[in-house]
Amino acid sequence: MNTYTLYLNSKRCIGCHGCVVHCKANKGLPVGPILCEISHERLKSVRGVPKTEFKFRSCYHCEDPFCVTICPTGAMKKREDGIVYVDAPKCIGCMACAGACPWGIPQHNPETNKAVKCDYCMDRLDAGLQPACVTKCTTHALKLVAMKEI
Amino acid sequence: MKKSVWSMCGMCTVRCPIRVEVEGNTPTWIEGNQHILKGALCAKGSAGPALVADKERPQQPLIRKGGRGAGRWEAVSWEFALDYVADKLTAIIDRHGPEAIMASSRGGPFQDLVKAFTHAMGSPNYTNHDSACGRNVHHASISLFGLGRKGFIYDIKNAKHLVLFGRNILSSLRPAEVNQVMDMLDKGGRLTYVDVRQTLTGIKATNFFQVRPGTDYALALALIHEIIKAEGYDADFVERYTTGFDELAYFVENYSAEWAAKECGIKAKDIHELVGQLIADRPKVVFHPGWMLSRYNDSFYASRALNCLNALMGNIEVEGGLIFAKGAGDCGGKGPRSLTELSPKPTAKRADGVGEVYKQFEKGPGLFHLFYKAMATSKPYPIKGIICVRHDPFACFPDPKAQKEALDNCDLIVSIDTHYSEFGWYADVILPESTYLERDSMIALQKGMKPRLVMRNKAIEAQANTRDLYSIIKGLATRLGLDEYFPHNTMQDLWAWQLEPTGFSLADFEKKGFVEYADKPVLYDRDKLDGKFKTPSGKIEIISQKLGEWGFPSWKPYESPPKPPKGQYRLVFGRSPIHAHSHTINNPLLNELMPQNTLWINTREGGKMGIAEGDLVDVISGDVTSVVIAKLTDFIHPEAVYTVHGFGRQIPLQTRAYHAGMSDQKLMKGQLQNMDPVGGGLNLCETFVAVRKSSKNHQRKREL
Ligand code: SF4
Ligand code: SF4
Ligand code: SF4
Ligand code: SF4
Repeated sequence: MNTYTLYLNSKRCIGCHGCVVHCKANKGLPVGPILCEISHERLKSVRGVPKTEFKFRSCYHCEDPFCVTICPTGAMKKREDGIVYVDAPKCIGCMACAGACPWGIPQHNPETNKAVKCDYCMDRLDAGLQPACVTKCTTHALKLVAMKEI
Repeated sequence: MKKSVWSMCGMCTVRCPIRVEVEGNTPTWIEGNQHILKGALCAKGSAGPALVADKERPQQPLIRKGGRGAGRWEAVSWEFALDYVADKLTAIIDRHGPEAIMASSRGGPFQDLVKAFTHAMGSPNYTNHDSACGRNVHHASISLFGLGRKGFIYDIKNAKHLVLFGRNILSSLRPAEVNQVMDMLDKGGRLTYVDVRQTLTGIKATNFFQVRPGTDYALALALIHEIIKAEGYDADFVERYTTGFDELAYFVENYSAEWAAKECGIKAKDIHELVGQLIADRPKVVFHPGWMLSRYNDSFYASRALNCLNALMGNIEVEGGLIFAKGAGDCGGKGPRSLTELSPKPTAKRADGVGEVYKQFEKGPGLFHLFYKAMATSKPYPIKGIICVRHDPFACFPDPKAQKEALDNCDLIVSIDTHYSEFGWYADVILPESTYLERDSMIALQKGMKPRLVMRNKAIEAQANTRDLYSIIKGLATRLGLDEYFPHNTMQDLWAWQLEPTGFSLADFEKKGFVEYADKPVLYDRDKLDGKFKTPSGKIEIISQKLGEWGFPSWKPYESPPKPPKGQYRLVFGRSPIHAHSHTINNPLLNELMPQNTLWINTREGGKMGIAEGDLVDVISGDVTSVVIAKLTDFIHPEAVYTVHGFGRQIPLQTRAYHAGMSDQKLMKGQLQNMDPVGGGLNLCETFVAVRKSSKNHQRKREL
């Protein structure tokens, strides 16, 4: 059962891409892998003001993740609380997970030759902290939301 | 072992308070100070460790071997480099006097050190980058309020309406201020945005005006006209605290909404609607007077008009308006000591003529570009040595080629910087400063509603053979026999000496990383503001006595800006939230997100030239041609083309930034001395460029 989701208040988001770098810096990633993305549609005029809204995407932490099923070494795992993560020592960098994921979410880290993906910064969560992107979002537009079990 | 260090970001000049976690000698986590920013940081702030680790910044002192700009360097020791610079400085002082040396640094809280060093040598010629930034705004503010542009805090979060003229506040990105804007919007506040194009700020606006480039002043005058006509201003405030209102009312008589609508290319009905809103929202309306307002040849007057609108709103010293920035004295305290107290005030006249030839300009940092005149003509006297500290004039002033010609008259060019600047690449000596995570900086007072002392502690030891600025300056001072002006041997000694009069100690910084002089915002009694305005009359001078004395009108009759000739466009530039101008273009993580800039062209104009989105275009001005990718958009005025400033760098050692994108300032041919005569700002948006589809586009497939 998924416990968390990342929610973006697009009214507050200013498209500064801080979250992207906060995430990379926290995980010490080199140039190449990008684990969360900010995107927007082309501007459209709304009552005389050209507008657009921002979207944030990291990983959907699927209920039945294809990336986990396909992983040949069992490195891609899903935790009790729903977080899908890479158990790095077991990863051989075959990137089958990225092929299986409908959105190609897992990224290749050229420095370690392993897959890397958003894990809601579970080390930080476990330490009672918030994910990097949430903690440092320039406008406090990102929130980690705990989904209530039904 | 993990340690946590309070410090100050240095990726841009906002200087956000930060907390850095360090393991060994590696910064592992940086967040915005929870007590002020609640963790918030921008993309650049998180890319700091990537700067530290980057080998494409100078790793040790370098002395030029080939011709200037040839890029042949010899790596030398600090002792050798400092001896070399000191010898050259001594030779210049002996031959031409100390005033033949000039120095420039960043503005802001840390200018002390470089200024003190310049004065200690006996030269009055300290300057900074501000003639390409806020000088017009600063002087406009002084002429009206008697206070510079930092004399007021904008209480945006409590405002009902924020009006921005070309101030792309959400991209220029001061995180604390951005959060104020978002809080204001969350509370239902209105945002009015005026620009020649749509921006990340404008998409949040309630009212958006896409105006013809160069017509800001027209719209501001029309707002004054309509507000006065509707008697929508704060009559009591105006009566009590201003002079010259009647003259203003007379002056704006012909500048109606209908007139401005035609001039700016917007609808009169929308202006009327805005005026209605402003009157309803008053006094909690903030007219931002501009930040980087070195754009058009009437920018000084545009800024003056915007600040005058603040006065008409009666928003001074009210919640949601403009609040006087308070210093230590306002809280019954004392500020920290400044190094400039120790060095003698130089007696020589400034070589830029500021304060003498140009009485209208504040002496403080003078005007950098005017020194180039002195260099080129030896008038009023020669300038033979120049030191730029973390300031890249080639990246910030127009026409680097013209700058190089002037610099060729110098015997010594020194760049002190954390990265290779374009100026540094042309210099004789590069003295590499440690990055902000590796250096301590002096204690500084930040004025505000709650004034505070701030400081930068180094989080890690230098990872290359670089030094902090105090050591560099002290190293030079010792060699020049100026030790007495820099008596402190360590930063700890210097800090203790600075703090002495304040009654605070370093221990007081431990809890939050800063020290506050007051618990609550300090506000003056709004009924007793007499004497707070430092103008000759003590009032807000709508008609300025000083401007009159110097022979300038307080209000310049509006002149319509010229339209670009056929096939040409007005070149305007701006910022992305991802980069701090030229400074960060080569940062690996920021470069990954934004490796180059584009040229924004109005869709219809592009169509006329057969240019499609993504095509390469030539941008031409005089003998300079830049090639860049076209971005077509409906939301830029057809007379303008736009690019993000800072790109088009030509330093081969910066492999990521090398020749990526285009540089606006290199296209500003012949504009180096195109200065606003009253405000002192350079007119950086007065260049027309030709645009055409580039022959570099892939025409046919030629290869296998
Ligand atoms: S850091 Fe926050 S405001 Fe900036 S793009 Fe990410 S979510 Fe949006
Ligand atoms: S990587 Fe793809 S498949 Fe795996 S959990 Fe994330 S979104 Fe689902
Ligand atoms: S939760 Fe962590 S890993 Fe996921 S996007 Fe945010 S910072 Fe990156
Ligand atoms: S705005 Fe960003 S880069 Fe500038 S000081 Fe703040 S965190 Fe650092």
